Amino acid sequence: MQTKKIINDGNRTVDEMLEGILAAHPRHLKSAEGSSRSIIARDGPRQGKVGLVIGGGSGHEPTFLGFVGKGLADAAAIGNVFASPPPDPILECAKAASGGAGVLFMYGNYAGDVMNFDMAAEMAAMDDIEVRTVLTTDDVASAPRDQRQKRRGVAGNFFIFKAAGAACERMLSFDECERIARKANDRTFTMGVALSPCSLPQTRRPNFEIGPDEMEIGMGIHGEPGIARGKLKTADEITDEMLDKILDEVAPARGDKVAVLVNSLGSTPLIELYIMNRRVKQRLDDIGVSVHATWVGNYCTSLEMAGASVTLMHLDAELQTMLDHPCDCAMFRAG
Amino acid sequence: MTSIGAADLKRMFDAIAEAIEADKDRLCQLDGVIGDADHGIAMALGFNAARDALAPLELSATDPTALLNIAAKSFLNAVGASSGPLYATAFMRGAAAVKGKAILTDADIVALFQAMAQGIHDRGKAEIGEKTMVDAWLPAAQAAAAAHADGKTLSESLAAALEAAERGAEATKDMIAAKGRSSRLGERSLGHMDPGAASAVTVIGAIRKSLG
Repeated sequence: MQTKKIINDGNRTVDEMLEGILAAHPRHLKSAEGSSRSIIARDGPRQGKVGLVIGGGSGHEPTFLGFVGKGLADAAAIGNVFASPPPDPILECAKAASGGAGVLFMYGNYAGDVMNFDMAAEMAAMDDIEVRTVLTTDDVASAPRDQRQKRRGVAGNFFIFKAAGAACERMLSFDECERIARKANDRTFTMGVALSPCSLPQTRRPNFEIGPDEMEIGMGIHGEPGIARGKLKTADEITDEMLDKILDEVAPARGDKVAVLVNSLGSTPLIELYIMNRRVKQRLDDIGVSVHATWVGNYCTSLEMAGASVTLMHLDAELQTMLDHPCDCAMFRAG
Repeated sequence: MTSIGAADLKRMFDAIAEAIEADKDRLCQLDGVIGDADHGIAMALGFNAARDALAPLELSATDPTALLNIAAKSFLNAVGASSGPLYATAFMRGAAAVKGKAILTDADIVALFQAMAQGIHDRGKAEIGEKTMVDAWLPAAQAAAAAHADGKTLSESLAAALEAAERGAEATKDMIAAKGRSSRLGERSLGHMDPGAASAVTVIGAIRKSLG
């Protein structure tokens, strides 16, 4: 049995989505000349500013293109569903984002993305654009702590891109922008839980099997198997299980500040996300950690997967300033 | 001794595209077990794009190197993903290995085949035993070279390559993934064939059928 989707042609999904997005957000977004998969901020890139290029596979909207705009990313390269973009559109993004001060490539740590972005970086170097890469690795479930560099990048991308985008917007040096981007990644931790699968537009078949009464803790945003499968628990129990793992790594002291993101993987509604956030706040209050800001909603989805993720960014004064800095994107605004 | 020109290589790409299209669902299912279920889609997109890019070429005016580079570029830009850079690098290295030759001998084809495997190895930085397409490609290239050095025909050399690729893909069932998305699974990847190795067998099978 094929899953139900509102689409026209499975092979045209991404391009038709992009047409709809450009129609909806003409004030914020445009595509690069001759490269429809390179989405550029209308008033982002400028002379002397470090450029920020993000990107990856489609199916995670509003990640990545929703975070393109003044004060956040200058451009996003758009791949097929769950597949890295090829080097050409990434290169076009780098050219559009370049203001002569260097370009940061930031994306989730996946083998395909690394190969394509690295090829694009080599091509950009031939055009005299200096590129540095900061991979996001916030998914606690995807590798042990001592192998942080092997972890995947998931919903925490939102915080990490936001901090880096603000550093670029404040016209900091290439070194400073890179340092802040790395620090933002080092201090951001995410755990996810999946309840039901998603299906790719081209196959319209569930991309993994899970029992009607089961959940999987730690599942990736492409349906990569997680760390533990078990019977579905209550919102408080699930949130506790996720927070235990996150807090073990954040290791906050009393009085420390965090930013919270409770994110839907696609079809889990706000009502459930807010129940989870209630528990997150209780737990943080219990240990004397204050919540500087909270975002709840669809920030990094996995098509129509049911489930959610919780992300904490362990703030310091600098990261707090970067999170608070104004930005104006097609699908996100701050300040 | 066979002699292979641009028209034969174009037929090879037609054969690969057809074989991958027929195998698409199985590859997606294999990928669904340990990955994100899109490997068959990416491979079909890539080889269909390569076939379509080669279709309008004036073959009498195209040398093997140019043809392979066009195939590489079209595959890469249609796909991205992991298979894009890996197969694009394979065909670009293959193109470089036969540069300046209009007609390819048995030795040239074996060299091209080895260059492809080496390109995949270099780009993905995976080693034998890490449960990737390298587990099919590297033994296949070694088997083809060994058979050719033993004085076997191209057909026999490519048949040896296919057998080695099949054995290599089969062996990935007993491996724990160390590269790519499935590496996050640890021991849960045991017992399942790597989809990249499985599609490598399909590609090599189509190469043998069309050139051998």
